[in-house]
Amino acid sequence: MEALKKNKKIFFNIGLLAIFVWLLITSYSQSKRKPDNIGELLNDFSWLGGKWPKWLDLPLMNWINSGFKTLNEKYGYIFEAINNVLLYMLMLVKNFLIQAPWPLVILGVIVLTYFASGRKIGTTVFVGFCTFFIGFLHPIFWQKAIETTAIMLIGIFLCVVAGIPLGIAMARSARTRNVILPVLDLMQTIPSFCYLIPGIMLFGLGAVPAIIATFIYAVPPLVRLTDLGIRLVDTEVIEAADAFGASKKQKLWGVQMPLALPNIMQGINQCTMMALAMVVIASMIGTRGLGDEVLLGLQQLNVGRAAEAGIAIVLLAIVLDRITQSYGETLQERTAPNTKKGK
Amino acid sequence: MSKIEINNVYKIFGNNPQSVMPMVREGANKEEVLEQTGHTVGLDNVSLKIEEGETFVCMGLSGSGKSTLIRHLNRLIDPTDGEIIVEGTNVMSFNKEQLIDFRRHKMSMVFQRFGLFPHKTVIQNVGYGLEMQGKQLEEINKTAMEKIEAVGLSGFENQFPNQLSGGMQQRVGLARALATDSDIMLMDEAFSALDPLIRSDMQKQLLDLQSELKKTIVFITHDLDESLRLGDHIGILNAGKLVQVGTPVDIIMNPADDYVKAFVKDVNRAKVIKAKIIMKSTKDSDDIDKTNLIKVNEDQFIEEFLPQIVCSNSNCEVVDKSGNVKGYISNKELQTSLTKS
Ligand SMILES: Nc1ncnc2c1ncn2[C@@H]1O[C@H](COP(=O)(O)OP(=O)(O)OP(=O)(O)O)[C@@H](O)[C@H]1O
Ligand SMILES: [Mg+2]
Repeated sequence: MEALKKNKKIFFNIGLLAIFVWLLITSYSQSKRKPDNIGELLNDFSWLGGKWPKWLDLPLMNWINSGFKTLNEKYGYIFEAINNVLLYMLMLVKNFLIQAPWPLVILGVIVLTYFASGRKIGTTVFVGFCTFFIGFLHPIFWQKAIETTAIMLIGIFLCVVAGIPLGIAMARSARTRNVILPVLDLMQTIPSFCYLIPGIMLFGLGAVPAIIATFIYAVPPLVRLTDLGIRLVDTEVIEAADAFGASKKQKLWGVQMPLALPNIMQGINQCTMMALAMVVIASMIGTRGLGDEVLLGLQQLNVGRAAEAGIAIVLLAIVLDRITQSYGETLQERTAPNTKKGK
Repeated sequence: MSKIEINNVYKIFGNNPQSVMPMVREGANKEEVLEQTGHTVGLDNVSLKIEEGETFVCMGLSGSGKSTLIRHLNRLIDPTDGEIIVEGTNVMSFNKEQLIDFRRHKMSMVFQRFGLFPHKTVIQNVGYGLEMQGKQLEEINKTAMEKIEAVGLSGFENQFPNQLSGGMQQRVGLARALATDSDIMLMDEAFSALDPLIRSDMQKQLLDLQSELKKTIVFITHDLDESLRLGDHIGILNAGKLVQVGTPVDIIMNPADDYVKAFVKDVNRAKVIKAKIIMKSTKDSDDIDKTNLIKVNEDQFIEEFLPQIVCSNSNCEVVDKSGNVKGYISNKELQTSLTKS
C-alpha cells in the first residue's frame, strides 16, 4: 500500500502506456487496410518512409458513431424528456413576452434597468430607447428578438443553475478544480458545430439544440468567474469568519458569496453576451430569431436587410449588457463604498 | 495547570513540510532551510506557557512568526509538529463541531489587517461573533452598541468599513473581539494603527478590563513601551525561535542575547524599573550615606522619584506598604541602573 502511494506517478504513467499499446493493437486489428501478415511489416520497412500508413488509424469515428447510435436508441426517452421540459419552459417565456402588449414589455425593461442600475436615469433612458429601436427598425424584429431572448433566458437559467454550484465546488476543492478545468477548456475551444450537429440528431431541429449549445458555449466563463470570485475573497476576512466559529455553510453564504457577487455578476454578464452570440449562430440549424433574419438577408444578397438585423442584434446585446453589467456595478459599490457616488 | 500550553511547536510553510522536519530538528536556521528547500520556517520548536488571567505579549521583528504563533492557538493554522493545549485539551484533537464550538465560545481575535467584512455595517461586524453564537438579534445589537461606544465609535454603526479610517477600522475589529466576551483574546497588533492618544486610551481600557475581568490575553506588538505597559510576561521571537520569555524587568535587566539587547536598547528604563529591583538590601548598604534620605515605596517606578533625587542630590530609602525599611538606593546606583545595557 505504502509502495503504491509512493510510486503513484510511475503507476499512472505505466497505465497510460498500457492504454496506448491497447489502442495501437485494437486499431491495427480492426483496420481493413492492414497487411495480410504482420510479418510483412518487419521484413519490409517501407511503411516507415513517406506517407502515414493507412492501417495506422484509430477508428474513433466508428466508435463514436456506434456509441451515438446506441445512445439514441436505448436512452432516447431521456432526451425526449429533456426536450419536452425545455420546450415547455421556452413556450412559457416566449408566449408570455409575445402576448404582452409591446409598450408594456418596454416599460418592464425600463423598470428592471432602473432598479438594477441603482436608479441611474441615464442608463435607464438609454436602455429604453435601445429596446424601442429594435421594433422600430422592422416590426417583425420585435417578435424575433423576443424569440431570441426567450432561448437565451432559458440557456442562461441553465447556466446559472449548473454553473454557480460548479464554481463553488471548484473554489472549495483543488481536486474538483483540476477535474473541471480541462472540461471547461474543452467546452471553450471545441468548434460549436461539433455539438450543434449531434444536438440536432438527439433533439431534432429547432430551439432545444440551440439551448443546449448555448449552455455549452456560455457556461464556462460563469463557472470560472464564480470560482475566481470566491477564491479572491481576502484571506484575512475568511480567517475572521473562521476565528469566530462560522461553519462552512455560514462562511459560504454569509461571507464568500456576498463578496464574490460582483464577480459572479460579471460572469452572468459574460454568459449573456456569449449566449446571444450562440443563438445567432444557432439560426443556421433552424432556430428562429434575429439570427435567421441575418441569414435571410445574406441569402437574398439583401445587404440592407442583413444590416438592419445585425443592428437589432447589437441593440439587444446592449440592452442585456447594460442590465446585467450595471447590476454588478451597483453591487460593487455597495461592498466597496470607497468609490463614492456623485463624483 | 496553565491556561494555554504550547509544546515544541514547529510550523513549516511549503509543499512538503514533513520532508524538511529532520533538517529543522537538526538545527538548520530559517535562511538555510529557505535556500536549500524553498520551505519557510514559521515556528521553530516553540514552547511556552500562558497562565490564566495574564497578558502575554509577543514581540519580534517583522516576519519572525508572531502572527503564525497566534494563529495556532485557535487553529487557523495547524502545526507541522508539536501540541497546543488550551485548558487541558489538545486543540488538535477537536473534530469539526468541537472546533467551531471552541472558536465561538472560548476565543476571540483581533486581526493585524483588521479582517472586517466589507459587506457588513459596523454594527453587523461587531455583532458577528454573537451571531455565530446564535444569539437573538436584539441582544446582538444591544451588546454590539455597547462595545461600539466603548471604542468610541458611536454614530458610525451604520457605516461600512471602507468608509472609516484605518484606526477606526481597527477599533471595529477590537469591538468585535470584545463583544463575544470570551475567556481568551488573541490580539494581533491590535493597536498598531491607532494615533498615540487613542492608543494610550485603549491601553488603559485594556488594563482596566484586565483588572476587572481577568481575561487571558495574547497580545502582539512592535512597540516595546506598549509591551512593557501591558505585559505580565513577554516572549521574544527571532526567525521562528522563541529566544526569551520573562517578565518585563527580566527582559530589560537580563536580555538573553544580542537580538533582545538590540530590542530593549532604546527603552525608557526609568518607566519600567521599580525601586525594589535595584535597591540594595539593608545588610549590604553600610557604605551608603544615610544622612539625607528620601523615602520611596518599593513599588514605585524610578521615573516617579528620579526628579526629587536628582534635585536634592540625596539617596533613597526604600520602604514597603506598611513603612518597614527594605533597602537603599544610592545616587550613583541609580545612575548606573539607568544607563546599563
Ligand atoms: N501562508 C503562508 N505561506 C507561506 N509562508 C508564510 C505564510 N504565512 C507566513 N509565512 C512566513 O512565515 C514567517 C512568519 O510570518 P508571520 O506573518 O508570522 O510574521 P510576523 O511576525 O507576524 O510579522 P509582522 O510583524 O510583519 O506581522 C514569514 O517568513 C512568512 O514569510
Ligand atoms: Mg504579523
